[in-house]
Amino acid sequence: MTQATYMDAAPYQDDLVKKFVLAATFWGIVGFLVGVVIASQLAFPALNLGLEWTSFGRLRPVHTSAVIFAFGGNVLFATTFFVVQRTCKVGLYGGAALGGFVFYAFQALIVVAATTYVLGITQGKEYAEPEWFGDLFLTVIWVVYLITFVGTLYKRREPHIYVANWFFLAMIVTIALLHLGNNLAIPTGFFGGSWLKSYNIYAGVQDAMTQWWYGHNAVGFFLTAGFLGIMYYFVPKRAERPVYSYRLSIVHFWALIFLYIWAGPHHLHYTALPDWAQTLGMAFSVMLWMPSWGGMINGLMTLSGAWEKLRTDPVIRFLVTSIGFYGMSTFEGPAMSIKAVNSLSHYTDWTVGHVHSGALGWVAFVSFGALYYLVPVLWKRERLYSMRLVSYHFWIATIGIVLYITAMWVSGIMQGLMWRAYDDLGFLQYSFIETVAAMHPYYVIRAMGGVLFLVGALIMAYNFIQTILGNMRDEVPYEATGYVLARG
Amino acid sequence: MFSHKIFETNTLVLIVGIVVSVAIGGLVEIIPLFTIENTIEKVEGMRPYSPLELAGRGIYVREGCYNCHSQMIRPFRDEVERYGHYSLAAESQYDHPFQWASKRTGPDLARVGGKYSNDWHVKHMINPRNVVSKSIMPTYAHMTRPLAVASTIAGEMKTLKVVGVPYTDEQIANAVADLEAQAKGGDAAKAVEARYPKAKIGDFDGKPDEITEMDAMVAYLQMLGTLVDIKSVKPELVNR
Repeated sequence: MTQATYMDAAPYQDDLVKKFVLAATFWGIVGFLVGVVIASQLAFPALNLGLEWTSFGRLRPVHTSAVIFAFGGNVLFATTFFVVQRTCKVGLYGGAALGGFVFYAFQALIVVAATTYVLGITQGKEYAEPEWFGDLFLTVIWVVYLITFVGTLYKRREPHIYVANWFFLAMIVTIALLHLGNNLAIPTGFFGGSWLKSYNIYAGVQDAMTQWWYGHNAVGFFLTAGFLGIMYYFVPKRAERPVYSYRLSIVHFWALIFLYIWAGPHHLHYTALPDWAQTLGMAFSVMLWMPSWGGMINGLMTLSGAWEKLRTDPVIRFLVTSIGFYGMSTFEGPAMSIKAVNSLSHYTDWTVGHVHSGALGWVAFVSFGALYYLVPVLWKRERLYSMRLVSYHFWIATIGIVLYITAMWVSGIMQGLMWRAYDDLGFLQYSFIETVAAMHPYYVIRAMGGVLFLVGALIMAYNFIQTILGNMRDEVPYEATGYVLARG
Repeated sequence: MFSHKIFETNTLVLIVGIVVSVAIGGLVEIIPLFTIENTIEKVEGMRPYSPLELAGRGIYVREGCYNCHSQMIRPFRDEVERYGHYSLAAESQYDHPFQWASKRTGPDLARVGGKYSNDWHVKHMINPRNVVSKSIMPTYAHMTRPLAVASTIAGEMKTLKVVGVPYTDEQIANAVADLEAQAKGGDAAKAVEARYPKAKIGDFDGKPDEITEMDAMVAYLQMLGTLVDIKSVKPELVNR
């Protein structure tokens, strides 16, 4: 059989991928917008509007869920479905029916989750806020997703499973375990209470450990393993170079998934969690630095011999910068997991800054790179509407990230130092409210950083709309702008 | 020589490899917390939440207070001086879910009970800037509305009993009566104090005729961190 007949026999479900691309773009903008709103609320509390539905406490889960699960989730669906079909050279198992179910059910779940948060219906566990009915709904969606993905792997026409799919599979399987393990709850409706409320089976210290086993590995598997899968397909594709090291990808894959799971207790340093668990969490978090940088090296070195594309292809710029941010945050993370450092950083904005250097710099940037790659391919356009706009998006978003994380480094470290400062007479130097007031300028800068990031995403959406409409901006290609490549 | 080929060419083997790799760390860290006896210290004074406190805690969770307030004091000099004795595992043993939280945009609340007057809390919730001019906390004026949990509070306690909170049948049977008595005060509140030692008795919000969400919220805040007599805790029994 030739390549062509494969295609005829098994058409790819690209219409499905298109839907996820559009949904990811939409929810990304919604999530960034809510982020800007709640960042502004911390600078100007009047923006809580005095309404229960728009207060920070209810909107913050809307932001985190929208960016992690709605934006990140739709990016993962889009890329996993795109990649698994192509690397297996078959159409999606279950076809448009199962894939379509995943799409519509997932979008409905996002709406249900956001609506319940705003109404104050929540489990009260960070990044696992949806109540029991949302959790059950997600379980069904995730099982169907697993079936479509594994089914496609099973009917593949390639002898080997491509490395990106190892990471995708680890993400899907582990997220299933984490989701089920952390959300075991009993609805109070069974006993005469409300059907909109449940009680988690764990309490106190066990609940804390389970929650951060889940919470940290939502980062480790959803936002890391899944997006490393994206890196392993889209970076070599876009750079037109093979993955740097096959052996390194094997070693860092297994090391990463084995070590990540242990790192949860670093969210609970110096709490009532027993010391032995804290120490395990710290030790494994520090070890995790190595496989993380294994992934970074494998991604960056794939650019070997293609570095000049950084100048001519802004999409590569997004991908490469994302790997740089990945390396930076996976160095910062182990450093912050060391108990002495954590005693200062915990409870402060430093953590928020760390999360965002990973979320904006790594997750969102690698996603933007993948989406910019996908749109012209899926809609069968010669190229994007405008590469100049991609470049604008890149620089505006990058400046936004830098404003965001530097503001949070300064405010976080300052906050931590002010809390523990003593005056000459041996009294605590600052009241708590003085430390709150000192944060104001940094909260304003952070909100401005968020606005820039949002503006960048709006530029991307405009570029996508024009590309899909079939328009092409009349612009000089970057290759021909007069720069002379300095080759020896 | 070990070959990786078996993982790359066999989907099931790859899945099994992934599950084994990710299972080990979680099992080693989580299971012993249920089996090692001194994970939760033996202390005097811990009891389940009274119905009114439980309703208040429900509002605390509903409003997402954990997004800005921790309930976990770490054993550092500055934290102990600022907030009180460091938190014990025993003190959150009935907390479904735990509310230790991970960010202090506002101060820790683990021992806020008794620090401020009821009146201060009510004014603060209605508009934090009434009492703390630089505060960035949202306003919670909507908590002045009536508390609507009479039909569900006993069901909540029954559910909590199923997941391990030692509510007695008597406590569950008297849930609504206790809730009203604690919020209104008077003779009926004696029974509440008997069933829930150290419970703070209302009226909390200055509106004795009405049981509001504010009553529940303040009742909850005023008991936080007050149950265990810290002086009686033997340091050698504390797990850190």
